[in-house]
Amino acid sequence: MTETLPGAAIPNPTDEAAITAAVDQAIAAIAGAGSLDELKAVRLAHTGEKSPLSLANREIGGLPKDQKAVAGKLMGSSRGRVNKALADRTAELEAQNDARILLEETVDVTAAPRRRRAGARHPLSTLQDRVADIFVGMGWEIAEGPEVESEWFNFDALNFKPDHPAREMQDTFFVEPPEAHLLMRTHTSPVQVRSMLEREAPIYVLCPGKVFRTDELDATHTPVFHQFEGLAIDKHLSMADLRGTLEHFARQMFGDEAQIRLRPNYFPFTEPSAELDIWHPGAKGGPRWIEWGGCGMVNPNVLRAAGIDPDIYSGFAFGMGIERTLMFRNEVGDMRDMIEGDVRFSEHFGMEI
Amino acid sequence: MRIPLSWLREFAAVPAGATAEDLMAELVKVGFEEEAVHRPTDTLQGPIVVGQVLSIVKEPQTNGKTINWCQVRVVPEGQEQSLTGEGIDPSGVQGIICGAHNFVEGDKVVVTLPGAVLPGDFHISARKTYGHLSAGMIASVRELGIGEDHDGILVLSRIGLDPEIGTDAMELLGLYDQAAEINVTPDRGYAFSIRGVAREYAHATGTGFTDPASKVQAPAELSGGYGVKLNDDAPIYGKPGCDRFVARTVRGVDATKPTPPWMTSRLRLAGIRSISLPVDISNYVMLELGQPTHCYDLDKLSGDIVVRRAVAGEKITTLDDKERTLDVEDLLITDGSGAIGIAGVMGGAATEVSDSTSNVLVEAAHFDEVSIGRSRRRHKLPSEASKRFERGVDWHVADIAAQRVVDLLVDLAGGVADEAGTDVGTAPDAVTIALPEAFAAQRIGIDFTEEQITTSLVDLGAVVEKADGGWTVTAPSWRNDLETKEDLSEEIARLVGYDNIPATLPVAPPGRGLTRVQQQRRRLIQSLADAGLTEVLAYPFASKAANDTFGVAEQGAARSAVKLANPISEEHGFLRTSILPGLIEVAKRNYSRGFRDLALFESGLVFLPGETLGTPSIPPLGVKPSDEVLDALYDGVPDQPLHVAAVLTGHDSPAAAGHTPRLWDWSDALDIARLAGDVLGVEVVVSQGAHQAFHPGRAAQLSLRTGEVVGYAGELHPKLLAAHDMPARSVALEFNADALFEAAADVIVARYISTFPVATQDVALVVPQEIPADQVLEALREGAGELLEDVALFDVYAGKGIEEGKKSLAFGLRFRATDRTLTADEASAARESAVALAAERFGAVQR
Repeated sequence: MTETLPGAAIPNPTDEAAITAAVDQAIAAIAGAGSLDELKAVRLAHTGEKSPLSLANREIGGLPKDQKAVAGKLMGSSRGRVNKALADRTAELEAQNDARILLEETVDVTAAPRRRRAGARHPLSTLQDRVADIFVGMGWEIAEGPEVESEWFNFDALNFKPDHPAREMQDTFFVEPPEAHLLMRTHTSPVQVRSMLEREAPIYVLCPGKVFRTDELDATHTPVFHQFEGLAIDKHLSMADLRGTLEHFARQMFGDEAQIRLRPNYFPFTEPSAELDIWHPGAKGGPRWIEWGGCGMVNPNVLRAAGIDPDIYSGFAFGMGIERTLMFRNEVGDMRDMIEGDVRFSEHFGMEI
Repeated sequence: MRIPLSWLREFAAVPAGATAEDLMAELVKVGFEEEAVHRPTDTLQGPIVVGQVLSIVKEPQTNGKTINWCQVRVVPEGQEQSLTGEGIDPSGVQGIICGAHNFVEGDKVVVTLPGAVLPGDFHISARKTYGHLSAGMIASVRELGIGEDHDGILVLSRIGLDPEIGTDAMELLGLYDQAAEINVTPDRGYAFSIRGVAREYAHATGTGFTDPASKVQAPAELSGGYGVKLNDDAPIYGKPGCDRFVARTVRGVDATKPTPPWMTSRLRLAGIRSISLPVDISNYVMLELGQPTHCYDLDKLSGDIVVRRAVAGEKITTLDDKERTLDVEDLLITDGSGAIGIAGVMGGAATEVSDSTSNVLVEAAHFDEVSIGRSRRRHKLPSEASKRFERGVDWHVADIAAQRVVDLLVDLAGGVADEAGTDVGTAPDAVTIALPEAFAAQRIGIDFTEEQITTSLVDLGAVVEKADGGWTVTAPSWRNDLETKEDLSEEIARLVGYDNIPATLPVAPPGRGLTRVQQQRRRLIQSLADAGLTEVLAYPFASKAANDTFGVAEQGAARSAVKLANPISEEHGFLRTSILPGLIEVAKRNYSRGFRDLALFESGLVFLPGETLGTPSIPPLGVKPSDEVLDALYDGVPDQPLHVAAVLTGHDSPAAAGHTPRLWDWSDALDIARLAGDVLGVEVVVSQGAHQAFHPGRAAQLSLRTGEVVGYAGELHPKLLAAHDMPARSVALEFNADALFEAAADVIVARYISTFPVATQDVALVVPQEIPADQVLEALREGAGELLEDVALFDVYAGKGIEEGKKSLAFGLRFRATDRTLTADEASAARESAVALAAERFGAVQR
């Protein structure tokens, strides 16, 4: 600031014009400061000890008494104006500075690294939970049991006669030695039997789990798969109750438009028995009926095996494959994808289904 | 079961234009699932007509073959060719090149004219070949898709036909017919017949039905026929193996006579190959009536026929020319020479009908289902006959079926039937079932009318009589599946229609929700996924070597494991005792597919056989076993705890700009195990461990506060990783999740939260290298007393400034009192007493 060079004339604190000129000069310089550093220099030049206004102010002390008040008033207001201008400009520049720093800190958010690795559930496991939750919501219990099971629980208790073809080695994995009558359960129905033996009627249980049959792995078969089976034992249960339960469940799973169809079939453990089809409006290749599982009214021999009087109680049971459900619900084309454990399969689903 | 429509139409009101699909749509309503359509016209199209070979010119070729240049008349002489199109000669005579030589001038043959299409999408057209324009083809049965024989062309006289020239050969050979294939459930043996399916079609459509059995006139009684004895001295479940044997004799048959095309066509559509006229007739009657029959060459029989069980070591050569050693449980048809057939399964070779047979003995017998099923399984001989006998055949149809075979042998094979015949055995008692009035309505949920109930049952063939409070129902003799009132309720529902069952939603009693363990399991699995691991599901089959390595900690100790009697592969012949082998296979598969950074986990049962394995016998069905028997069944089932395992290899996250991923290491395996404990509220105690599957210096044993060992975690053994083609430094963990669930407290008691100021003090202790940090920390904790709120290891150092063989452990201690602000002296005193205990136990020296 050339104007404030040492030796410059000291304005007279009573010379209103000169003081105003110095104030104007200071305000102009403040306004002209483009940065906080420049403003600092301006502040020193115009309000520092050697600045004209400070010097003029110091002159007041030497003035005659009658002029002191006038000069004091003039200098006070003049310096007030300058200080205010300084404060305003400081705030302004600080705001600009803050904004600039934030702007400079801009990053490319699209280049952000993923530090946390996303885990995933297997969709069969997620789907199993989803099914269980629907039944828990209906007041049913979830029951589980062993995968290696006594032959009696898997077959005899379910009214499979000793010579039933399903009991052959070509369908069922037997434990060595076969005389021990142990096998890998071929359905989760033995859990139903255990449930009936453990509980008092009325009984409403859902039995999800792994089951085993001696099929070679291919696109539509696997020797290890998952099922969920339901069992209800109560007074006066009828096939209408079975249909209502399945319909409710189907709608929870597939939406309000879901419909079910029952077709006569045969199972040793139910009489009457039915095949269960579901109307799948979203099926790949257009809406159609899809075979979903089997069901029926519990055969009285099954109740007797569990010590339940069939003249007092009746019951219904149903069973569906979880793999099959996943295949048509989520359009899984190849059974092997569910078995091989390729991380792409589970990770595509994440935690959802 | 395949149902040719033309056949069904003889006994049921199948509309003229109905297709196999239409038929299946009706049958599915009464419980027969659709399987397939068999329709020759799907792959075969005319014009295919009868032609007569007028002339044959033999033309030898340079390749040594001789071809025939034939003139074939395809329109009767004097008539005009009505067909037009490229290659159709208006004269009615086609010039055709033919390579076969099994025909002569004057033979009538099947000509596929230009425009015809044969199976395999083979389009017939006039084409230049061997210097002639060959306008069509003289067809073999193979080319028409109706047989395997392709040695030569089909000469119609040889199948007993002399049709007019120009006749539609497809009509002649039954090729416009079609069959619906349906799945018959194992309880409905009667539906393995046109008779049974016709009745079901009538049920499904509400139309009429003619019983094929009613069209056969069988004598009311037979006597004086071939000698037959039923000598079963070892009935299964007390049921005689054979309770009826009808034998009829027909003499002077010509067994070489061709089977008429209407019969071969129906057999073919039903899936049965034509063999010879007597065999075809036997098969035809089986398909029509459901009763398998067998034709013996009467002249090869010696002495009475005896039906008995086999004796030990007895042998038979069956129709398929295989010698089979019989089991004493096998039921046999025998004569003076020994076994001439395994009853209901397969006949013997020695007495089978052949071209030279002129006298035939027809057998129509009734066998016990279980006995036949066992023989079939024992000899792996699934036959059309055994399929029916196993499921049950109508006892009352045997004499009718025998008569039908006799009639056809007389009509088609020129035989003469003997009046004398044999019919021995005893009819089983008819099954009567009491059906209470309201029962069906209660079980099905439809308010059936009385008429619906009685009409349905009568339609089935049952006899229904009004009884007190309901009906007495006598089941038809062909319905061995009807035994109880529940069975009848199904039949009523089936005939009224399952679609009429309403939907009502039963309300379960107030529930308990998921059990504690179910919730713990879910939380555990979800938290592992949340921690960045990917859940997979592997098979539970394992090799012995894998169980011996992963299932037991000590080197060289064999793992007792459950062995399968019939595994998918011998290599994986056991059930797993550890999740890890399967999980490592999955990791390896992913690795080979290009995924280098993996964190996989699986939760599943492992199988740990105890001292008892199974039970030597099992109780019968339909009765609740005693508590002792039930306990034995429960105890015999191997222990199957839920295990959780994880395998980690490569990096913890994908590399990215501004992010350097970290390699998984042994401590991550421990971390995950501890996390599992945290989410369940169970402390997992880590100590230096030894397990043969793990790096000897980098394995941790996981245990509970009680000392119970629950698993292992750490770096997998380098040799094991190399053997499995897995990257070095891969880490793993496995623990018994059930043990953790059980250790979780039922109720967690809250702790008092002090708001007085904290006093923190650090301490560095020098201890010998081999002292585990965890134990030093424990000493500090004990020594510090109750003022200590928390203590943590924050640095481990060895090297410069520390004596060789020692290490420095730095701990941070946090002190706080519940009732006052601690003074610096109090905190220091507590620290000193902590250090003193560490010094006492491990010679720890403060740095």
